[in-house]
Amino acid sequence: MKIKYLTTGNEACAEAAIRAGCRFYAGYPITPQNELIAYMSKRLEEIGGVFIQSESEIAAINMVLGASATGARAMTSSSSPGISLKQEGISYMAGCELPAVIVNVMRGGPGLGNISGAQSDYFQATKGGGHGDYRLIVLAPAAIQEMFDLTYEAFAIAEKYRNPVMIFADGIIGQMMEPLEFDKGIKPSGVTEKNWTMTGAKDRPPRCIKSLFMKEGALEKHNINLQEKYCRISKNETRFEEFETKDADVILVGYGTTSRILRSCVPLLREEGIKAGLIRPITLWPFPYNALSRYAKKNVKFITVEMNAGQMVEDIRLAVQDDTKVHFYGRMGGGIPTEEEIIKFIKKISI
Amino acid sequence: MSKIFKRPRSMKDVPTHYCPGCGHGLIHRLVCEVIDELGIREKTIAIAPVGCAVFAYDYWDFDTMEAPHGRTPAVATGVKRMLPDKFVFTYQGDGDLAAIGTAEIIHAGNRGEKISVIFVNNGVYGMTGGQMAPTTLLGQVTATSQFKRRADKEGYPIKILEMMSYLPGVVYLERTSIFSPKEIIKTKEAIRRSFQTQLDGKGFSMVEVISPCPTYWALSPIDAMKRIEKEVIKEYPLGVIKGN
Repeated sequence: MKIKYLTTGNEACAEAAIRAGCRFYAGYPITPQNELIAYMSKRLEEIGGVFIQSESEIAAINMVLGASATGARAMTSSSSPGISLKQEGISYMAGCELPAVIVNVMRGGPGLGNISGAQSDYFQATKGGGHGDYRLIVLAPAAIQEMFDLTYEAFAIAEKYRNPVMIFADGIIGQMMEPLEFDKGIKPSGVTEKNWTMTGAKDRPPRCIKSLFMKEGALEKHNINLQEKYCRISKNETRFEEFETKDADVILVGYGTTSRILRSCVPLLREEGIKAGLIRPITLWPFPYNALSRYAKKNVKFITVEMNAGQMVEDIRLAVQDDTKVHFYGRMGGGIPTEEEIIKFIKKISI
Repeated sequence: MSKIFKRPRSMKDVPTHYCPGCGHGLIHRLVCEVIDELGIREKTIAIAPVGCAVFAYDYWDFDTMEAPHGRTPAVATGVKRMLPDKFVFTYQGDGDLAAIGTAEIIHAGNRGEKISVIFVNNGVYGMTGGQMAPTTLLGQVTATSQFKRRADKEGYPIKILEMMSYLPGVVYLERTSIFSPKEIIKTKEAIRRSFQTQLDGKGFSMVEVISPCPTYWALSPIDAMKRIEKEVIKEYPLGVIKGN
């Protein structure tokens, strides 16, 4: 039996976490993700999970670190400035190989910025954020249904690779309402036997969870293992969606909110005789380089539209390896690009 | 012949990296003795700090994990809330607990988290080379207070236990030291009471142990112990701060 109702991205994300078996949440209020923390405070209480409104974003991520160390499925959520505060903990979790789901419902920056939706944390999410050589798996939902589906899957992916996963949404996806549908009896997936958790050394040798490796060569070895894991993740988990790309002369590239605007641009451009298509990265790390590079040899222009000053465009340049073919259009500080201005931009560079 | 003194079961048979005269080895041992005596080794989860005692997991024979600097009580909160039947304690230095982790320790106490905290106060950052801590005494020379600590510039030695005694969620607070066999026995008893407080499900407890750092006090191990007795405990009076 299906459950179907109208809801926000923030609440869809929270419900997905519950359905995925998340039993620990710690968070701190920040707009535009407040519906998520409020929803978790109610739902976790109802099902006997643990909800903590922490004293800071820093404490929240470290509570998640502790809960994750016990083997629990754990989550925290925030918006851009709060995600900055969590970076130390995220780096430690990557170093300790602890799974967790971290939700960023992005707002405009830098600094306190504003509370409008934005995509200006792309570098932070995909290129590091915290210190050290590590990778976050970054999933970018473009609809409320996808907010649910990706959050649900994120827990299994995090556990499979023992790595933090970020749900990379923006204020629009977080607050917008759309229909959501899922199986009433949906159960957590990808639950694994764990031989690394902190449970007390009963009938087994003591365990240790750490990211400190001081012996000669030990940290390098640890990093090599991490990089091998990141290669496996790249191979197995890269996701994207293609729309009308087969005969396209112009390939639009966007994720999340901007991908929705670009999708509406495609038929409008085709009506005007411009053969446009869309590639929508769903994983921002691992980035779908191959999805783009296979079109690079054709006479195709790539146009990326982002709600930032041009961040993903760097990955597109890496994929295409020909800067003359890559164009960027963006709006910053909470500005939302319209179909009209995107089409005008495309016409200008197509001539 | 019966053995009347032996290594605690909870302590690994390995040499520690601590400097001669350091208090950590002794306090590690007291913790292990109490865990053995309470029979809780198999349900213990320890959170080690960042600082000299980060290597505690090399010496303790029970589950131990690391936390980012100062975040130790937040990590312990996550562990204990998910595993309320396990025994969870943090072991923190004065930089970890009284400087970078001030928010985390106060709010863990305010929430009444059912964890135990061993707070080792030696008044300096040992691991990084003897810099000034919030607990450094006025007039003390350190790597970063080379003209002696001055109240008007560097502030006063901070008394975390007294601050936390006002929090209703905090059940038991005691300050002890290890400068004499008598004080060592008192410290062990305080650790036992703290651990028992958690086992009884009562709430947050903490034992602050005034401990020597001969290396960065530039004193011999014996003179460092004498300094605690003569100077340090005047600033940090020993005894039960909260709880009967």
